[in-house]
Amino acid sequence: MSDIAIHVENLGKQYCLGHQSKEKYKSFRDEIAKGAQSIKQRILPWGDRSRKQNDHTFWALNDLSFEVKQGDRIGIIGHNGAGKSTLLKILSRITEPTKGEIRIRGKVASLLEVGTGFHPELSGRENIFLNGAILGMGKAEIAHKFDEIVAFAEVEKFLDTPVKRYSSGMYVRLAFAVAAHLEPEILVVDEVLAVGDIAFQKKCLGKMEDVGREGRTVLFVSHNMATLERLCPKALVLNHGQLMFQGAAEEGIKLYMDQFGQPNTATAKSASYSELHQMGLCEPTVELIENGKNIDLEVSVAVESQREQKGVGISIALFTQTGNRVAGIGPRLHRKMLPMFKGKLVQKFQFLAIDEKLAGGNYLISLSLRRPQVEIIVDLPYILSFNLTPKIIYPDGVPYCYRDFGTVLLKPDITISAPQQVISLV
Amino acid sequence: MTSSGVSELRISAGRSHRQYWQDLWSYRELFYFLAWRDILVRYKQTMIGVVWALLRPFLTMVVLSVVFGSLAKLPSEGGAPYPILVFSGMLPWQFFSNSLTGASNSLISNANLISKVYFPRLIVPTSAVIVSFVDFLVSVIILMGLMIWYNFVPSWHILTLPVFVAIAFAASMGAGLWLATLNVQYRDFRYIVPFIVQFGLYISPVGFSSSVVPEQWRWLYSLNPMVGVIDGFRWAILGGDTPLHWQGFALSTSLVLVLLGFSIHYFRAYEKTFADVI
Repeated sequence: MSDIAIHVENLGKQYCLGHQSKEKYKSFRDEIAKGAQSIKQRILPWGDRSRKQNDHTFWALNDLSFEVKQGDRIGIIGHNGAGKSTLLKILSRITEPTKGEIRIRGKVASLLEVGTGFHPELSGRENIFLNGAILGMGKAEIAHKFDEIVAFAEVEKFLDTPVKRYSSGMYVRLAFAVAAHLEPEILVVDEVLAVGDIAFQKKCLGKMEDVGREGRTVLFVSHNMATLERLCPKALVLNHGQLMFQGAAEEGIKLYMDQFGQPNTATAKSASYSELHQMGLCEPTVELIENGKNIDLEVSVAVESQREQKGVGISIALFTQTGNRVAGIGPRLHRKMLPMFKGKLVQKFQFLAIDEKLAGGNYLISLSLRRPQVEIIVDLPYILSFNLTPKIIYPDGVPYCYRDFGTVLLKPDITISAPQQVISLV
Repeated sequence: MTSSGVSELRISAGRSHRQYWQDLWSYRELFYFLAWRDILVRYKQTMIGVVWALLRPFLTMVVLSVVFGSLAKLPSEGGAPYPILVFSGMLPWQFFSNSLTGASNSLISNANLISKVYFPRLIVPTSAVIVSFVDFLVSVIILMGLMIWYNFVPSWHILTLPVFVAIAFAASMGAGLWLATLNVQYRDFRYIVPFIVQFGLYISPVGFSSSVVPEQWRWLYSLNPMVGVIDGFRWAILGGDTPLHWQGFALSTSLVLVLLGFSIHYFRAYEKTFADVI
């Protein structure tokens, strides 16, 4: 029991949807009106009593139980709305749970947003003290770490400038630097590293690794699987407020990818139709075909047209999970215009040869129907996705997967290199 | 501070943390920092800076003295010059009204803090009251200046002033906490508070002496918690020519204490939902 840092049991958090989505704030007048209504309902038995409570509530977390050992670094994974941020907010005592219990041993520091409590009118120096105090440091402690913080943030020259005149990079650096020098037993970090330039991100990650190495417990939320895998050996996967998986990070990420990144062969239901042009795209599918050293990607999509039209073609683009464009081709390049037709036509594309060195991970495909250099008729952004398993390359059997280069060869004969991703930090 | 590793924290629905007051103590420096921030920010990018802190109460005092003393010709208490009478009432009133305005808006204007960081929320409105208290101390300088100018020597009563300052503090905290909580839930109070402050200036003995009030209305009049506070200030500062209306004072003061107790309780009850509602 003594090595358990966090113990969560049957945790649930309910939010009221009605108030928050319809009226931004409760107003006194509405409350009085509502009060009168409920009195009326109580007094008059024929009033509408059957108003269901369930319509207005939503469980952001439901029946969540898990344990975290002291010194564990755990990544929390889940799609948007899975309850990650709610969990962190409850753990850091910003909001209280609706049911269940949490037991925490040790001081918790949470970093849910970079620069909370910074005041734009105050100078960098003043903000270090203010922010430190808000995050729970004492004045003496801040003064002691002051030089270290300034050096980490690289803002020596601008210490006496109001932070409203800082560049956004400087602002973020300073904010992270203060937070990074907290020394809690349990550190809770929401996705805050997505800001700042690459050099600084690298520095932040390094700092967080240090924190972990010192035997502190770290809970980390990120959508960047590469960062998460590097920082956390273990993972929790949340799905609609419930725990789906707890265990090794690698396994958790794979599970998450399979679940939400959709399987290798996917059929998207979405379709898009333009009334104006009387044309549309539907039934897009993607298939991966192993082909020796390469993987062929076959994308097909159907085109619907109510009248015969000339000079229309399909363009296709491939993106990484984070939205970086890897490759793309349109009618101006492939010169395969659709024939004049009326009705439905299935068009097949082949991304020939994704070579084995392309970084493993989730990729997204966008499709669009367009008249080259004139207009986009319909657009299906990120409509398909597929997952590429990274290959082990070394002949001596040492596992290694390429993460930062590789090519996608597009038919007919265009080769486009994958952009350097954030993963290049490694 | 980090060595308190053995302590176990339990978080569950409806449970008020036993560590709350302990937390309040360990975050004590935040009272100072938030107040420091607000004071620092207020006079940034102003030309005359801190002079505003002196100028504002001084001008208000001049206006009130002219209107009530010279134009309406209301009587002073004992032999005290009218400006000193006005100022000894204005000191607690300004403190109270600034606290009320500051505290009631404090949670809303720090919404980003409340929804992203944990600390005992009580610190936010309290810091706003502390800011007003600093203003109050600055105004005391003006009072001393006035006393020198009019060659006015206070009696031994002045030694009791800290007691009345404490009551003024309690009244400010009581009303401030309550309105701050209400303001989080119902933004209507953003409009109600300035009205209370404006209205209060006329129903409290700021521009006039309580002796003007007819005896049969005295009880009703003392229901205003600021009446006791202001009368106490007058009694302490102006000296003992006019005796304090003790029954009225006791009523006002007990109302202040009830208000404070109720407000802390109310604030604590709603505090946990602030992050969700704000």
